[in-house]
Amino acid sequence: MESKKLNLKLKIWRQKNSNSVGSFVDYNVTVSPDASFLEMLDELNNNLESQGLEPIAFESDCREGICGTCGLVINGQPHGPIPRIATCQLHMRNFKDGDTIWVEPFRAKAFPVIKDLMVDRSAFDKILQAGGYISSNVGGAPDANSILIPKEVASEAFDAASCIGCGACVAACKNASAMLFVSAKISHLGLLPQGQPERYRRVERMIKVMDELGFGSCTNTYACEAECPKGISVKFIARMNRDYLAAKLKASKSEVA
Amino acid sequence: MDWLKTFLNSSIGKKFLMALTGSFLIIFLIIHLIGNITLFFGPEAFNGYVKKLASIKPLIRVIEVVLFSAFLLHIFNGVRLWIENKKARPVEYKINGSDKNSSIFSRTMFVSGSIVFIFLVLHLGTFFWRFNIHDPMNLASQHKYYEIVTHFFSYWWYVLVYVIAMILLGFHLNHGFQSAFQTFGLNNKKYTPFIKKLGTIYAIIMAVGFASMPIYFFLIGGAK
Ligand code: HEM
Ligand code: SF4
Repeated sequence: MESKKLNLKLKIWRQKNSNSVGSFVDYNVTVSPDASFLEMLDELNNNLESQGLEPIAFESDCREGICGTCGLVINGQPHGPIPRIATCQLHMRNFKDGDTIWVEPFRAKAFPVIKDLMVDRSAFDKILQAGGYISSNVGGAPDANSILIPKEVASEAFDAASCIGCGACVAACKNASAMLFVSAKISHLGLLPQGQPERYRRVERMIKVMDELGFGSCTNTYACEAECPKGISVKFIARMNRDYLAAKLKASKSEVA
Repeated sequence: MDWLKTFLNSSIGKKFLMALTGSFLIIFLIIHLIGNITLFFGPEAFNGYVKKLASIKPLIRVIEVVLFSAFLLHIFNGVRLWIENKKARPVEYKINGSDKNSSIFSRTMFVSGSIVFIFLVLHLGTFFWRFNIHDPMNLASQHKYYEIVTHFFSYWWYVLVYVIAMILLGFHLNHGFQSAFQTFGLNNKKYTPFIKKLGTIYAIIMAVGFASMPIYFFLIGGAK
C-alpha cells in the first residue's frame, strides 16, 4: 500500500568550499512519508545528477543512529524536531504536506564547513587524542571478574559511553560549546577503575585542547542535552567541572600548566 | 600561581568565577532585602537601621570593597565570556531553534545582567552617593535616609526603572541560582530538582520583595 506522498519545499544551504560564501537554494520535492530524511536527500541528489547538476554534499554512514556521522540542522534543531534520534532516523512522516524545511550545516568556528552540509569535525578527534584513552600494558587478558565494578557505576559509565561523537551538542549550544561531548568522554573513562591512573591528567589535557580549538564556554542552557540523540545528561558536565577543579587544586605538580 | 592563572583563564575557570561571584551576590541580596524591609515600618525603623550600619562603618567599608570587587569580577568576566562565546559561532543560523531546547532565562543572561547593571549605576548614583558622599537636599546629614528614599520613590519614572530592573533580576536569578550549582559540579538526581525549585522561589522573592518598596511608596504618594 502506497501512502500519500508529501510535497515539500526545501531550503538547503549550498556552499562551494570552506572559503566561499554560502546561501540557501530552494528545491521542491515530492516524497514518501516512509522515507528517511537522508533518503529524501538521496532522491533529490539523483534528480540533480540526472540533470547534470552538482549534488548536495552531506555526510552519513551507518544510517541506524549509532555512528554519529550524519547531522543536519533542520528548522533550527540539530537532528531535527524529534528528540533522541540522529538525522538518519528522522522520517518524513514527521512533516506535513506543504511544509517548508530549512536545512543548515552545524555552525561553529571549530567545525568549518567543507562543502554544503558537510562540516569538518576533526576538532573532536584532536580532543580525544589529548586524553580520551587509557594506557595499558599488553599481556595476557586479566580474569574478567578480577576488577570489581558496582552495577550502578558500570551503568553510569555506559550512559556516558553511549555518546556517538556526532557534534549535535556543539551545534545546539548558543555558545558552540563542546562540553557535553568532552564530559561524556571524560566520564566514561573516569568512572571506571581502568581510567583512574590518568583521570586528572586527562581532564586537564582535554579541556586545554578544547579551549584552544575555539569552542565556547558552557552557560548551562542545557540545549545540548535536549538535542543529543543519545540523551547524554548534563550531570556529566558537572562531573567534569568537579574533576577539573580537583585536578587544578591537587598539590602534585601538574604537567599541564 | 601559574596554575591559578591557567585555571581562571580556562573555559571552566571563567564559569567558576561567575558562579563564585554570583553566589556571593545571591547571599548579599538576601541580607540587603531583609535590611530594606525596615522601610515598611516607618522613618524611625529605617533611619535607625542605616544609623546602626553607620556605627560599624569600618566593617561595612570592608564588605563594600568585597562586594564591589565581586560585582566588577562578575561583570568583567560575564562580558568577556559573552564576547568569546559569540566568536565561537561566527556564522549564525538562519532559523534559530533555541526556544525548543532551552529556557528564555538561560538565553538572556547577558541582557538581564546588563539591565541590572544599568539599574545598579542609577541605584548607587542616587542612594549610595547621597547617603555617603553628597546630598544636595541636606537630608543625609540629619540622618533622614528614609526621606531620601521615599522622595525618589515618588517619581513614576524612577519606580518604573526599578520595577523593570527587578523583573529582569528575577530572570537572571532564576537561571543563575541553579546554574551556579551546576558549575560547582553539584548536580545529581537527589538534590537538583529541589535546587531548581528553590532557585525559582528565591528569584520570585527577590524580584517581588525589592519591587514592592518603590511600588508601595509610589502608591501611597511618598512618605508614610
Ligand atoms: C545582584 C546582582 C547579580 C547576581 C546575584 C547575579 C548572579 C549570577 C549567577 C548566580 C550567575 C550564574 C553563574 C553560573 O552560571 O555559574 C550569573 C551569571 C551571569 N551574570 Fe550575573 N548576577 C548579578 C548581576 C549581574 C550583572 C550586573 C551583570 C552584568 C552584565 C551580570 C551578568 C552575568 C552574565 C553574563 C552571566 C553568565 C551567564 C551564563 O553563564 O549564562 N550579572 N549571575
Ligand atoms: S554528547 Fe550527544 S550530541 Fe554531543 S557528540 Fe555525543 S552523542 Fe552527539
